[in-house]
Amino acid sequence: MSGPQLFFYLFGAAAVVSALGMVLNVRNTVAAAMCLVVTMISLGGIYVVLDAHLVAALQIMVYAGAIVVVFLFVVMLLNLRRDAFPPERQRVTKALGVGLAIGVTWDFLRRMPGALPTAREVAPDFGGYRAVGRALFLEYPLPFEITSLLLLGAIVGAVVLAKRRLD
Amino acid sequence: MVTGGAHSELLRWIPLLPLAAAVLHGIILGLLRRESPRSFVIAVSCGAPILAFVVALLAFFQLTDLPAGQRVLIDEVYAWIGAGRIAAEMSFVFDPLSAVMCLVVTGVGSLIHIYSIGYMADDHRDDGGFQRFFCYLNLFTCAMLLLVLGDNLVVMFLGWEGVGLCSYLLIGFWYGDRWNAYCGMKAFVVNRIGDFGFLLGIFLVIWALSGSGTTTLNFREMQAAIATIAERSVEVPAWLPGAPSWHLATLIGLCLFLGAVGKSAQLPLYVWLPDAMAGPTPVSALIHAATMVTAGVYMVCRLSFLYAVAPGASATIAWVGAATALFAATIAVAQTDIKKVLAYSTVSQLGYMFLAAGCGAYSAAIFHLGTHAFFKALLFLGSGAVILAMHHEQDTDKMGGLRRWLPRTHAVFLIGVLAIAGFPPFAGFFSKDSILLATWGAAAIPGHRALWAIGLVTAVLTAFYMFRLHFRTFAGTCRAPEEVQRHIHEPAAVVLVPLYVLAFFAIFAGFAGFPDAYGEAIGVPEADSLAHWLQGVLRQQEPAVAFSTELGLAALAVAAAAAGALAAAWLYVWRPELPERIAARAGALYRLVREKYYVDEIYDALFVRPLVTLSDRVLFRGVDAGLIDGVFANGSARAVRGFAAHGLKYLQSGLAQGYLVTMVAGALALVAWLLR
Amino acid sequence: MIPLEHVIGLSALLFAIGGVGALTRRNLIVILMSIELMLNAANLAFVGFARAWGGSAGQIFVLMVIVVAAAEVAVGLGIVIALFRNRESMNVEDVSLLKW
Repeated sequence: MSGPQLFFYLFGAAAVVSALGMVLNVRNTVAAAMCLVVTMISLGGIYVVLDAHLVAALQIMVYAGAIVVVFLFVVMLLNLRRDAFPPERQRVTKALGVGLAIGVTWDFLRRMPGALPTAREVAPDFGGYRAVGRALFLEYPLPFEITSLLLLGAIVGAVVLAKRRLD
Repeated sequence: MVTGGAHSELLRWIPLLPLAAAVLHGIILGLLRRESPRSFVIAVSCGAPILAFVVALLAFFQLTDLPAGQRVLIDEVYAWIGAGRIAAEMSFVFDPLSAVMCLVVTGVGSLIHIYSIGYMADDHRDDGGFQRFFCYLNLFTCAMLLLVLGDNLVVMFLGWEGVGLCSYLLIGFWYGDRWNAYCGMKAFVVNRIGDFGFLLGIFLVIWALSGSGTTTLNFREMQAAIATIAERSVEVPAWLPGAPSWHLATLIGLCLFLGAVGKSAQLPLYVWLPDAMAGPTPVSALIHAATMVTAGVYMVCRLSFLYAVAPGASATIAWVGAATALFAATIAVAQTDIKKVLAYSTVSQLGYMFLAAGCGAYSAAIFHLGTHAFFKALLFLGSGAVILAMHHEQDTDKMGGLRRWLPRTHAVFLIGVLAIAGFPPFAGFFSKDSILLATWGAAAIPGHRALWAIGLVTAVLTAFYMFRLHFRTFAGTCRAPEEVQRHIHEPAAVVLVPLYVLAFFAIFAGFAGFPDAYGEAIGVPEADSLAHWLQGVLRQQEPAVAFSTELGLAALAVAAAAAGALAAAWLYVWRPELPERIAARAGALYRLVREKYYVDEIYDALFVRPLVTLSDRVLFRGVDAGLIDGVFANGSARAVRGFAAHGLKYLQSGLAQGYLVTMVAGALALVAWLLR
Repeated sequence: MIPLEHVIGLSALLFAIGGVGALTRRNLIVILMSIELMLNAANLAFVGFARAWGGSAGQIFVLMVIVVAAAEVAVGLGIVIALFRNRESMNVEDVSLLKW
């Protein structure tokens, strides 16, 4: 097994384990957030292995560095510790949903081998900032502008929602 | 066979005038909801039948102008029913037979309308009782005229049902008393049983005639086509008597006769007529003596061409008529209510008419129908005057000696009694005698001599109970309390004058049917004007009887009447203490007869109670309330509600993760379908 | 090279884990984090396919997804804060007014 493949499996395992850790962690919300960070970083590593360097960098910076930090800010702000909830409702429905999810995933994994078209050669500068940037600003400027509007809306929304009432 | 026929637009007015009066009253009372002044009601409601009588007279004269073989007037108003091959027009026919019926209906009807002015005068209820009465009376007259003028079985049936309806309305006229409403219902329901037979007959006619090409319900066309079905037989299932085949014409005749049994109160469907006396006396006179109950006789005579080829049916009619006559006469002997005696007497006399019709003597039947209309109406109206004078007391036990206070009523009543008993020269003698003569000579009917004997015995009984009634009411000492005796007085002129008119006819109408044989003996040819007038319309069977036999039979009939009258006089005038002793001796037998052989109670137990129980318990509570309401209507609603309340509501729990599961499932399903 | 099946398989696995978490956990924060995980899994799939077949659309889309995820987290956490102020509870089952 070559180096990249090894790293892929390592990062992949780390991602799965920490994902499980986040979902299954019932007591400590902060720990769950930490697990999420590990997952994000693992995924960034996988992106590197896949030669998508710009995306990897943005993953680390935005996801691991900003989004999860916001999560942690909120957790700290609201001083959340343990989950002390009343008994769970809709157990049957949730069990059915979980079963459905697992079943479908299993079926998907079973059918997948051989179902995908074969890989092709990619350009040598695949994943570099220059290629991605050129594509972004030359071929997809409209989505770029629209996402900036989206961010504006999100900023305004977040401020409106979170601020204290002045009355 | 009557051929040709002149067109006359006059005929439609005969039923239309009373109908217009009835509709007018209906609109005023029903839609405008106000009561008209009495004078208006009288003018409209008595004017209509009188005008109808005038029109009928005009048509009658038109008829006499026509040559003897072609005396038919036809008025086709419009094409009423047209369904494939079955067609029935609203058309009227005026031939000698309908002429007689029409004149009787409008004539006697008008007299009774006038009488009712006085009889219903003290009815001051809020629902427009006076006007409502005359409205129904006019409606009845219209329906009866439709019946007798109808040119086909369908129009006749329309009138048939119409008189049944009006009978119900008028019997139950004083509906505040539940008993009256019950009697009206009883009349209607029993009539319906007969009408079922009538309808079957109509369907059989359609079926029978369509087999030979001409589907028609028109009387003249049926008469022309009767030869095609005269010999036919129908296959019947093996479990019916007389299987495997029945004579078709006989079957049709019997089915139609079933209708007559209901409408004309013969055995076994007579039970409604005595109870119909719950209605006002003019109603009893008009409907249950003179007109409606005679519809069956008219129908049989109108279809004489059918019964001429259906000997089985004719024999049945004769025997049913005779049995009914005797049976009803025996009951009348022990009744104490004036109107009940007259009711059973009507049943008995109708039996005579059917006896005549069954023996083929259709003109004798019509003759008796006419004379009976006069003297029975006279008797009923007379009894009405008595009832009025006694302040609505109908029990003869509380009467007696009324001759002192009601001499005129007594006189006309006596005329009626003499007529019905069959004393010459009153009307009843001639008509009853012609029936007995026909029965004696009707060789085609099995046991016709026995039938004659039954007729004779019934004549004795008739004379007996009628004179009994007369003596108990007018002779002897008055058994009413002092209070009542002081207020007894003769009725007003408006009540008496119709009585005088009817009495006149009860005396002299018999001469319209003066037998040919007597006429020849005294040098008057074709004396039997009625029979000759009706000849050609009715398929008459002339009895071959010698003149001496005829005289002998007539003498026997008079002797029978005299015997009955004398017996009544002996028991109720000369030895008035005897009846009670005889009744006590007879004991159970007397009770049996007085309680009308418990027929009503038997019917109630056999038919009415089981049907009512079935309807109430099974059909109403079980099927209707339980199954249809409970299971289907309410049950389905409850099921939906339960499903929604206990099932569907969980889809909207408000819990986000439940919604998420649904979304995931839906999305997966969509993807799966897209990738199939 | 890394087989495409493995990348997609990993993506599916992570997506399933995130999905189960979103359906099962009752803590609002954890639900939002599970949703982020699902978005990441989608990103991985995009990158994998882009790597296998070339073209620039895959990576561009990943950038869009990251931006959308960021915006969504910001607004979502704003809602969580507002809800917490009202109910003092992080339980998603306490916000169940949208019902019959």
